[in-house]
Amino acid sequence: MPAYVPIALFLFAMIALLFAPLMTWVERKQSALMQDRIGANRADVFGIKAIGLMHPLADVIKMITKEDLVPTGADRWLHTLAPIIATIPAMVSFAVIPYGGSYQGWGAEWSLVVADLDYGVLYIFAVASLATYGTVLAGWASNNNWGMLGGVRVAAQMISYEVAMGVSVVGVFMLYGTLRLTDMGVAQQETFRLLGFIEHLGWVGAGTWWVNLIKIPMWGIVLQPLAFFIFLTALMAENKRAPFDTPEGESEIIAGYFIEYSGMKFGLFYMGEWVEVVVISGLITAMFLGGWSIPYLPDAVLIDFLAQGVGSNMANVFAMLIHVLTFFMKVIFMIFFQQLVRWSVPRFRYDQVMDLGWKILLPLSLANIVVTGLAILIAGEIMG
Amino acid sequence: MTEQVIFYICSFIVLLAAAGVVLNVRNTVYSALSLVVAMLALAVLFILLHAEFIGVLQILVYAGAIVVLFLFVIMLLNLRGGDMGAESQPILKIVGTLLIVGAGAKLVTLFTGARGAWPEVGREFGTVREVGKILYTDYLLAFEIAGIFLLAGLVGAVVMGKQRID
Repeated sequence: MPAYVPIALFLFAMIALLFAPLMTWVERKQSALMQDRIGANRADVFGIKAIGLMHPLADVIKMITKEDLVPTGADRWLHTLAPIIATIPAMVSFAVIPYGGSYQGWGAEWSLVVADLDYGVLYIFAVASLATYGTVLAGWASNNNWGMLGGVRVAAQMISYEVAMGVSVVGVFMLYGTLRLTDMGVAQQETFRLLGFIEHLGWVGAGTWWVNLIKIPMWGIVLQPLAFFIFLTALMAENKRAPFDTPEGESEIIAGYFIEYSGMKFGLFYMGEWVEVVVISGLITAMFLGGWSIPYLPDAVLIDFLAQGVGSNMANVFAMLIHVLTFFMKVIFMIFFQQLVRWSVPRFRYDQVMDLGWKILLPLSLANIVVTGLAILIAGEIMG
Repeated sequence: MTEQVIFYICSFIVLLAAAGVVLNVRNTVYSALSLVVAMLALAVLFILLHAEFIGVLQILVYAGAIVVLFLFVIMLLNLRGGDMGAESQPILKIVGTLLIVGAGAKLVTLFTGARGAWPEVGREFGTVREVGKILYTDYLLAFEIAGIFLLAGLVGAVVMGKQRID
């Protein structure tokens, strides 16, 4: 593989970062839509308003030009470092999320993922767990009691939900037999016959027509619905946005860990959260929503079909475009869904957040492992 | 060549950060942060050795969870070096020095003594699958015992926490 390929892939993955300013727009406009308002529409550049799309631009200019305050008694060095630590993990975790399959053309082969790691999902967990330091240190370094309380809450909340987050997806690993996200994407292109067990048990003869009628794609959300909901909840709690935003909790601790931040340092915390929303959507898409593929249409079939019209090389390129488009459509849906939750559910009380994590999500995800193991065993027995 | 450069840089960072953990007596938060840096650089060394799974677990478990808990306790109790009795434990210092001398002597004999050829490792070495296989076959007993110990620690923490509340 030539050296420029990973660089190109990396630059493309940086598109995820472009979502961050766009998310400010989505946040404003979607909340406006849900609350029957018009939403931000005043910022204009030479009279171009573009349904409020100029607001992210205005935001960035404002953030960068604002005065940067470090309170007296604060730890100046950690106060500056904290927002950076909080933002970078979200950015680098997009590296292992595949936004397309692998393609061949002109004697070369390429796949649309920056780093195709054997331990892909674990890499995201590991990197995400480092983001905790950013917020905890921000709270500590500010020399502010509210900030401190926010920092302590972040530490407790993120450690609690990391447990449920890691355990909930073990069932998915067991089913697909891999932690590599590209392999999961390939495995999810298969379909299974919903009534296939009738034939396997020998109740009807082989080749009975109605047994083959209902085919369902092997998406994670179909095979592991419980894991999907636990994982999504845990990820949203990790991202500490509403309804899990007790570390910020305006009504109790003003703004929590970033109370003493201004300017772009303040902006970085938000940017980290928004990039993380995109990463969460990408991860959920790759693990539970079939990744880049279109249901009932495996990569090979699509490429073969296109090759009849435009030849093998161009067919791969077109298939790639279709897959990237499909992937980002799913991602945008998940972003929309997260915002829907964010504007629908009020903030939990702190003890409710802890109870949900330890007393509901963790036992459920442990049970999910046992049930999945039993199901795999029984399915293996039936299929022989 | 690249691997060597990365190795020396990371080893230097590990040693520097490890020294920082001990020397930052005045400010315990910096001490904990030095520990994180040491863990991260150590994870890079693991990955250099193709033990990628262990390397990632190193970040996930130690840097991402355990030291966060350290930091949590330090912040919650507002600990300074003096509160931890860092200056007033001569026995621990003596034991620590002896342990370091012992470990150092062992290292010296390891590196200077005669050894056979390095064992060959397979292509899959260090992957999740391989480590899992070894853990659940060759080291199953040790694995289960470690699990029971962790469970005992968990139960113990709950019991102690409950007593405090009542």
